[in-house]
Amino acid sequence: MKLLLKGIDEPGLNTLEVYERRGGYQSLRKALAMTPEELLEQLKTSGLRGRGGAGFAMGTKVSFLPKGSMDKFLVCNADESEPGTFKDRELMQKTPHSLIEGIVIASYAAGTGRAYIYIRGEYVLQADILDAALREARAAGYVGEHVLGSEHSVSLVVHRGAGAYICGEETGLLDSLEGKRGNPRLKPPFPAIQGLYQGPTLINNVETLATVPSIVALGGDEYAKLGVETSTGTKVVSISGHVQRPGNYEVELGIPSRELIYGLAGGPPEGRQVKCWFPGGSSSPVLKAEDLDVPYDFNSMAQAGSMLGSGAVIVVDDSTPILEVAMKVAKFYRHESCGKCTPCREGTNWTVKMLERIDAGEATPMDLDIMASVQDHIIGNCLCVLGDAMAMPIGSMIEKFREEFEAHNEAARMRRGRGASPASEGVLAAHGALDA
Amino acid sequence: MTAVRRFEHGSRVPGWDAAVDLEKDPAEIPGVGGSPAPEVPAELRAEIEGHLALYPDRHSAALPALAAAQRLHGWCSPEALEQVACVMRVTPAYLESVATFYDMLETQPVGRHSVYVCTNISCSLRGADALLEAMQRAADAAPDGAAEFNVRGFECLGACDIAPMASVDGVYVGPLSTADVPQLLDDARAGRPVLPEKQLALRPCADPEAGA
Repeated sequence: MKLLLKGIDEPGLNTLEVYERRGGYQSLRKALAMTPEELLEQLKTSGLRGRGGAGFAMGTKVSFLPKGSMDKFLVCNADESEPGTFKDRELMQKTPHSLIEGIVIASYAAGTGRAYIYIRGEYVLQADILDAALREARAAGYVGEHVLGSEHSVSLVVHRGAGAYICGEETGLLDSLEGKRGNPRLKPPFPAIQGLYQGPTLINNVETLATVPSIVALGGDEYAKLGVETSTGTKVVSISGHVQRPGNYEVELGIPSRELIYGLAGGPPEGRQVKCWFPGGSSSPVLKAEDLDVPYDFNSMAQAGSMLGSGAVIVVDDSTPILEVAMKVAKFYRHESCGKCTPCREGTNWTVKMLERIDAGEATPMDLDIMASVQDHIIGNCLCVLGDAMAMPIGSMIEKFREEFEAHNEAARMRRGRGASPASEGVLAAHGALDA
Repeated sequence: MTAVRRFEHGSRVPGWDAAVDLEKDPAEIPGVGGSPAPEVPAELRAEIEGHLALYPDRHSAALPALAAAQRLHGWCSPEALEQVACVMRVTPAYLESVATFYDMLETQPVGRHSVYVCTNISCSLRGADALLEAMQRAADAAPDGAAEFNVRGFECLGACDIAPMASVDGVYVGPLSTADVPQLLDDARAGRPVLPEKQLALRPCADPEAGA
């Protein structure tokens, strides 16, 4: 069943005319005929979980916003920066009105009068398309004062970022939207209580909000029948890396992962095997080929020791050394760490340095254990999860490919034609290892 | 990824070895309280004022305002910051603190055309590192290469379906091979559409059941 990608390549779907012809903005009319409480109930029964990475139930999140007449905000997180993720890009580019309609409906449910789409600065085309779509929606009365003659008013602004992974983290995003450096904030207070400009703020991912019109059209109960019990609905999965047909595929949650990687994306190139894969962007712990039959949904992925994350599957085949993968991941998070919390700032840096030592054949036998313990000390010890986002995949790689890291180090050491490197000699001597 | 720029003293933080000038007056908002106001081009002023009107707090306009100034000046030069600061009624130092945080805001003069080559995991699995190297070599060898091109390795640009890819003045193209490099740079320099047949904008969705 396709909800988001259905007929997405229809020419002109980004215009109001074609979107309306296909039944667009009917969900908004239906939603405005309900009370906000009834609408919220629909969202809750749909079981929709956030599509940005954390997988938090959307209806519950909306209900956290306090009632009352204070200034409340809705922010759409369109800073899609998780490596491997490109679903929001395709949705915003081809069906921007789905997102706008979803935002207006969600703002009615949450009682928010001002809404912002924070889109990453690199998405120039998509931001231009959103701007154009927004002008049409305003002119048609779907956005602005008294939406379609109702009591509900909402303003919407497309805000362009300027290139920073950390601005996809919700509180970093809020600081950036307030015109500051994108440093994450201490939580609690959570944004639902104190977010943008200190007001209660609902933050949702593009795909989550773009799904809302479908939920209203189908009804929460019908939507909840899609997928599996704890992960309802459909999900756009971005598949990339060593596969023959990379791209976005919409599937019902709970299908076997093998079906995604081999069935839809065509599997690795001829003659190659899956070595490992990230099920939810580069910050999810890697899984191996034997995990290919794990159902693709939130809870099954968690049970398998990883996470669904943003729904970005990255496949690595057996032609790539695991060290290369680890190095790319670690260097990325080192570059993107905002530097506010010590475990993340220093931990990402030291992890890269230790990986470089392995690559040069200068690591000592204890280095992998030290590296693993660095990861353990990052997790849960920072204001946001950027550090965890490196620690989880790196930790899983050390655990699952330990022999390969050791062999890599040994081979590099041999290539240099020396028994032990100057860097490791001191450490080895200190532990009596050289006498043996 | 390009190496982090470092100063002669080895740090990437400027001026840590120089003493603070205690005689210097504190920074002021240009054009406020008697401090001289810079000449701000009317178009830039109008654009920034347009952004200011969209937010309850004027600071929120910092990113769009800096981006507008960068389009005009080529980078966030001291002059550009001064002009934005004057219209936004904030200090230039505040804007500098913002500009230094974001990858797309340039705090050094750069080439006219930005060429961001994605070197993150999905692209690197498909040969992005060789592509970046070829791009850098070709740009360096081109006449006026440094003035024309700003070739950078970039973090995930969110287009792993066309890996390896690049964003040329904001236009996504891919999948690229090293053979595409000369044409890509020529197109960018001439202001033509870059590799039209490889632009992401024209690519259909991969899902076979999506269709039209």
